[in-house]
Amino acid sequence: MIIKQLSVFLQNKTGRLTELTRILSENNINMTAFSIADTADYGIVRFIVPQPEATRTLLKEQGFSVNTTDVVCLIVPNEPGGLYRALQVLSDNQVPVEYMYAFASENGASVVIRSESCEQVIEVLQANKIQLMRASEL
Amino acid sequence: MIWNEYIEAADRDRLKRLQNERLTEMIERIYYNVPFYRKKLSELGIEPRDINSIDQLHKLPFTTKDDLRDNYPFGMFAAPQQQIVRLHASSGTTGKPTVVGYTHNDLNIWSEVVARALTMVGVTRSDIIQIAYGYGLFTGGLGVHYGAEKVGASVIPISGGNTRKQLQLMMDFGSTVIACTPSYAAHLGESIAKEGIDRSKIKLRAGIFGAEPWTNEMRRQVEQLLGIKAYDIYGLSEIIGPGVAMECEHQNGMHIFEDHFIPEIIDPVTLEVLPYGQVGELVFTTISKEAMPLLRYRTRDLTRLHIGKCACGRTMVRMDKCLGRTDDMLIIRGVNVFPSQIEAVLLEMSEASPHYQLVVDRENNLDTLEIRVEIDDQFWSDEIRVLENLRKQIQHNIASALGLTARIKLVEPNTIARSEGKAQRVIDNRKLV
Repeated sequence: MIIKQLSVFLQNKTGRLTELTRILSENNINMTAFSIADTADYGIVRFIVPQPEATRTLLKEQGFSVNTTDVVCLIVPNEPGGLYRALQVLSDNQVPVEYMYAFASENGASVVIRSESCEQVIEVLQANKIQLMRASEL
Repeated sequence: MIWNEYIEAADRDRLKRLQNERLTEMIERIYYNVPFYRKKLSELGIEPRDINSIDQLHKLPFTTKDDLRDNYPFGMFAAPQQQIVRLHASSGTTGKPTVVGYTHNDLNIWSEVVARALTMVGVTRSDIIQIAYGYGLFTGGLGVHYGAEKVGASVIPISGGNTRKQLQLMMDFGSTVIACTPSYAAHLGESIAKEGIDRSKIKLRAGIFGAEPWTNEMRRQVEQLLGIKAYDIYGLSEIIGPGVAMECEHQNGMHIFEDHFIPEIIDPVTLEVLPYGQVGELVFTTISKEAMPLLRYRTRDLTRLHIGKCACGRTMVRMDKCLGRTDDMLIIRGVNVFPSQIEAVLLEMSEASPHYQLVVDRENNLDTLEIRVEIDDQFWSDEIRVLENLRKQIQHNIASALGLTARIKLVEPNTIARSEGKAQRVIDNRKLV
């Protein structure tokens, strides 16, 4: 249930993000989920692709500083209270969340969750019947 | 162990009498044999008989690297060509090389000071010393070579490069001491690890490293990689080559062989002599050399001097590891900043790489310093919180080391040019002239 997310450190410089997406595009790599965390000087681009290891190697070769991070993707029913139920489970179980972002998938709304303890996230969410995505479903 | 106890542990008054005598003779030699010095001294109204004590040094003119270039190749020589038995030259990164000459007597002095330096770290005739400094025009290889032979150690004159052969002879011959540049020592250490060589096959116990700037963090790294104790040797070809000063086992600064080379520390801007303990530019007067004696030669190295008997018994003045070069020194909000200080801070932090660039500017008549630091390619976190903590930690450590608040900007790995040159390390946008 653990998904390998790619994180790329980017300086705030015109064209840097374009360059990243150009390489993905030219190599026919589709991003399932995507988010940017930004500060004044730099940003962290976080995204999920079907072949994380191959993409990581490709980006390294192209001079990007890229790491992989373990995350969990959960499927949230597209209705009021959908996200709330999942988060309530996590806080009831004292599971810390570092960051999260949403993306659209064929199943409707999905949310990427990064936590220091991804195993625990999976355990408590599954125990509460919240649907998670497998790497093969990306 | 002390090679020449009579000199190295001499009473300071006795040493001074010897220095006065030698300086007096030196002034006479350069006045009558080097037109450049005769002109300089005459302009100041100084004649040889006016100088009889090292207390008068501050009245004498300086010599710079430019003076050596202007008098290329042999204009600074005080001895006729018939008496010159060796020539060395430094690579001229900015035009002509710097040429230095030696008489027989000069080579004897050189071997003597290197023998003292090696003895200082326990090298004896029982040692096998691998000299991996370059041999040739560069003074490193041959300088250490003759001193090691004088001590009676078995010398392997392998010169620099050819790492595989270095490692093989190191194991086969059982080298106990290695002399090379600290960066090559680090390379040898990494190669041992990479080739999977059994460390018990390596008998090295000491390393004599110099000829390029290195930090104490690098010392620890080399000591760990090679399983040795690493010692700092100082020298520059203009003065004699390696062996101007050397660290003893107490590693309390490098002892300068003052019976041949008189050190002074000056303020690089006002040129005033500074007292012991203050940081400034190191200046040497070579009082015994025959071929190319230099008067108050400005090394451009920044350091400080310490007086007082060392636990090893030596009484000679000690110099700190060089803090940087006067060419690199920046004055920001009145604070002297050396790029090497920033490098030392970064080397202590694992999440940052020691690759940095300084950008100095002036906003509203106030100097600003921005330090661009590459994040470590392997160990950065993808959480903003962790990266921001790293940034603040760097800022805090820099402030403690420099007494100056800098803006820290994290940048991508491999985006700062890899060069020792000032051009890449420092961008000064202040319009000061």
